[in-house]
Amino acid sequence: MTITRDFNAPLADVWQAWTESDLLDQWWAPRPWKTETKSMDFKNGGQWLYAMAGPNGEKHWNRVEFGTIDAKKSFTATSLFIDDDGNIIESFSPMYWYNRFSETSTGSRVVVEVSFDNEAGLQQIIEMGFKDGFTMALGNLDELLAK
Amino acid sequence: MRRDVFQAIADPTRRAILTLLALHAMTPNALAEHFNSSRQAVSKHVQVLHECGLVKQEQSGREIHYQLNIQKMKEVDSWLAPFRKLWEDRFNQLDDVLANLKKKK
Repeated sequence: MTITRDFNAPLADVWQAWTESDLLDQWWAPRPWKTETKSMDFKNGGQWLYAMAGPNGEKHWNRVEFGTIDAKKSFTATSLFIDDDGNIIESFSPMYWYNRFSETSTGSRVVVEVSFDNEAGLQQIIEMGFKDGFTMALGNLDELLAK
Repeated sequence: MRRDVFQAIADPTRRAILTLLALHAMTPNALAEHFNSSRQAVSKHVQVLHECGLVKQEQSGREIHYQLNIQKMKEVDSWLAPFRKLWEDRFNQLDDVLANLKKKK
């Protein structure tokens, strides 16, 4: 699955926003979810450990292992779901990332390539999106009802 | 073998057929003219598309016309929608982060 998006910002800024955790924390999770970084070591063989924190206090931990990094051009990474103790949750398929960055006449372009071991892996992630979306909606409803 | 829309669009020739049919309904002959492969091969692809409901057949006189079943195509779209939404939300947030970075300079 490939996603291409142009940004009205210099390449250096876009690269920074993708590779520094204090910036990633501000945009990586779709609202009202929040990204909470525990550790970040952006280098070949390094990893980013973070949680997707939900509005009802739920947390999904992720570990992103960085592969090849070509500064301001591209990087590869493997994203794994882990439990609270840092063990890989085997029932979730890993996600493989290949992100490319380039300059355009108006700013920068990012091309994100996400792949999975198999179709079931993709299906699973999408279904999880559904589920979280649903939980999210329920959370909003709770707030509304509390008023 | 059970056929579904995702198997149907997994093949580049079948995607090309769908693109052609999106413009207007076509006879098997007119469709085959767009491809280098044999009429038989094209017809087989159309068959797959027909089996999973992406393409409908319409008889007009002695001729068969194939047409796109838009309703079925929407299944692909709605399956993808949550994923697209995630990335749209995410990137809109990234826009804000980048705008802030610019302001700070």
